[in-house]
Formats: sequence, C-alpha cells, structure tokens
Amino acid sequence: MRNLIFLFILVALLPSSLLAATEVYPLATAEERERFQGLLAELRCPKCQNQNIADSDAPIAQDMRDETYRMVRDGASNEEVFEALIARFGEFVRYKPQFDRRTALLWTTPIIVVLIGLLVVIGTVVRAKRQPQATATLTDEERQRAQQILEDGNPKP
Amino acid sequence: MKRLLLFIPVILAVTLGMVLFAGIGKDPSHLESALIGKPVPAFELTNLLAPGEQLDEQVFKGQVSLLNVWGTWCPACRDEHGELVRLARSEGVRIVGLNYKDQRDLALQWLSGLGNPYAVTLYDPAGRVGFDLGVYGAPETYVIDGDGIVRFRHVGVVTEQVWRELLEPVVRQYQEQG
Repeated sequence: MRNLIFLFILVALLPSSLLAATEVYPLATAEERERFQGLLAELRCPKCQNQNIADSDAPIAQDMRDETYRMVRDGASNEEVFEALIARFGEFVRYKPQFDRRTALLWTTPIIVVLIGLLVVIGTVVRAKRQPQATATLTDEERQRAQQILEDGNPKP
Repeated sequence: MKRLLLFIPVILAVTLGMVLFAGIGKDPSHLESALIGKPVPAFELTNLLAPGEQLDEQVFKGQVSLLNVWGTWCPACRDEHGELVRLARSEGVRIVGLNYKDQRDLALQWLSGLGNPYAVTLYDPAGRVGFDLGVYGAPETYVIDGDGIVRFRHVGVVTEQVWRELLEPVVRQYQEQG
C-alpha cells in the first residue's frame, strides 16, 4: 500500500514540469508547442550564460520566452524569431550561430582538423609502403661479412 | 626537412597557448550590444516625473547623451547613483534615465532621496523598451549620439574610472563630431 502511494506521488510529480510550460504558454497545435519548446532550448540566456531560456530563471529569460511565445503564436517562422532576438541581444543568444564569414572558421575547424589527420595517416601509410624492402635484406657479400663478424665476436669454445 | 616537421607540435602548442592566453582576464559576461551603430529602437513612454507627458526617441536628438537603465529593485544602481549625480552636476553630462520594470512611486522616492541626475527619465514599467534595447541586467549605460545612434554600451556600475576610461572618450568623440 505504502509503495503504491509512493508510486502515485512520483507519477503525479513527474510531468508537472513538462506541463508547466504549456499551461503558461497555451498554443493551439502540438506542432506549434513542439516548435516553441525547440526554440526555447536553442536560445541562450544573456544573463545566465550557460543556460538556455527554457531553463533560466533570469527575468530577461522570462521576457525572451514571452516574446518567443508571442511570435510563435502569431505565426512567425523560427528564422524570424531568431532574427528578432539576435537584433536585440546579438548573435550570442543563438546556440547554433549561422554560417557566415565570421563563423566560417568556427564551423569548419573540426572538418579541417579531421582532414589534416587523414592526410597524416595517408602520408604515413604511403611512406611505409614505399620504403624499399631491400634495406631489410643483405647482399651475399654483406651476409658473409656479418657471419664472419659474428663468428669472430663469439668464438667457439 | 624531417627535422623541421618535428617542430610542428611545438608550434601548434605555442599557438594554442597564445590563443588561450588572450582569453584570460576577459569578462565573458560583457557582451557587445547588438545595437552599436544603430538607432535607438522606436518607443513611446511617459515621463517618470510627468505621467501625462509622452516621450519618444526624439529625446536623444541634438546632443550626445548617456542613457542609464535603472530600477529601485537593483542594488548596483544605488551604488552608481552618486557618480551619475556627479557627472550630471560637475561634468555637465546629459543623462537620460530609463526607469526599467519599476514602480513610479518607488522611483520618485528614490530620486527625491538620492538626487536626480537625469535630464529626463523614461518610465518603462513593462520593460518593453529595455527589451528592445537588449538590456539583460541593470544597470546598463549607453552612449547615444546627437542623431540618436547607439555608440557604446557599458553593462554594470558606472564608477569614476568607468567614466574616465570607457564612457568619456566616446562621449567627447561624438560631441566633437556633432
């Protein structure tokens, strides 16, 4: 019985945080609600810099949520929402900055590094293959000399 | 040639070190305003001191002003208030106040108690204009030139040092141009 009550409380508590957002920001369709949540997760709070505006309790995050909600409700596209907030707070508020000249290096560095790594690997492999096998073997003359040296250096008892 | 290649890791490490070193001491919470070089967003607010009087972005026209965002709920605003009063009285700086997310009676009490450094104070109880300006934490102080263009933003308390090193050069520069 006790377990049952405990379970009931757990179940009752679980979705409350999920429901909270939809209660405060009623949207008509499930699609809109999902889009709204996605936007909140992708917008960064300028005050608490390592939180998105869905998680942040800062008043400014509240204002940004309200504005995002208003725009989504009025049918704005995701791009329009981003643009409106970037115009006010700067590129900083977007977790995924747009690809342009300033962010080109930011986006391409991982690709460049992987390419350099690939080139190094390919170079090493090719060089190892091209290495003449001959150096590992001896000519007959050398072999004879080596034999001699070994015998001299290690005389039989 | 082979020998030279061996130095590549050293060069990479030194470069990375320099990049990281350049970041030390920078305050990541100081963001450049997205509005630098752009006009102050259009607004219509009432005068804090005269509820019947409507004000808009024309209040910035004609001379360089500081726009100071404050509220009675903001302790750091109290810290900088004395300096603002000094700037207005001794340095002759025109300061426009933006009373942000506040209550009129509290704000009036504050000004009569601590002195009023503002040539005019905009009353923005909903924080709408603050939002359009990209205010993310009071106090914030902007330099607005005589054409109503945002030239500089300082987030945080204005001290004499902040004035001398950050704000005054910008203010003087645009005063000379205007």
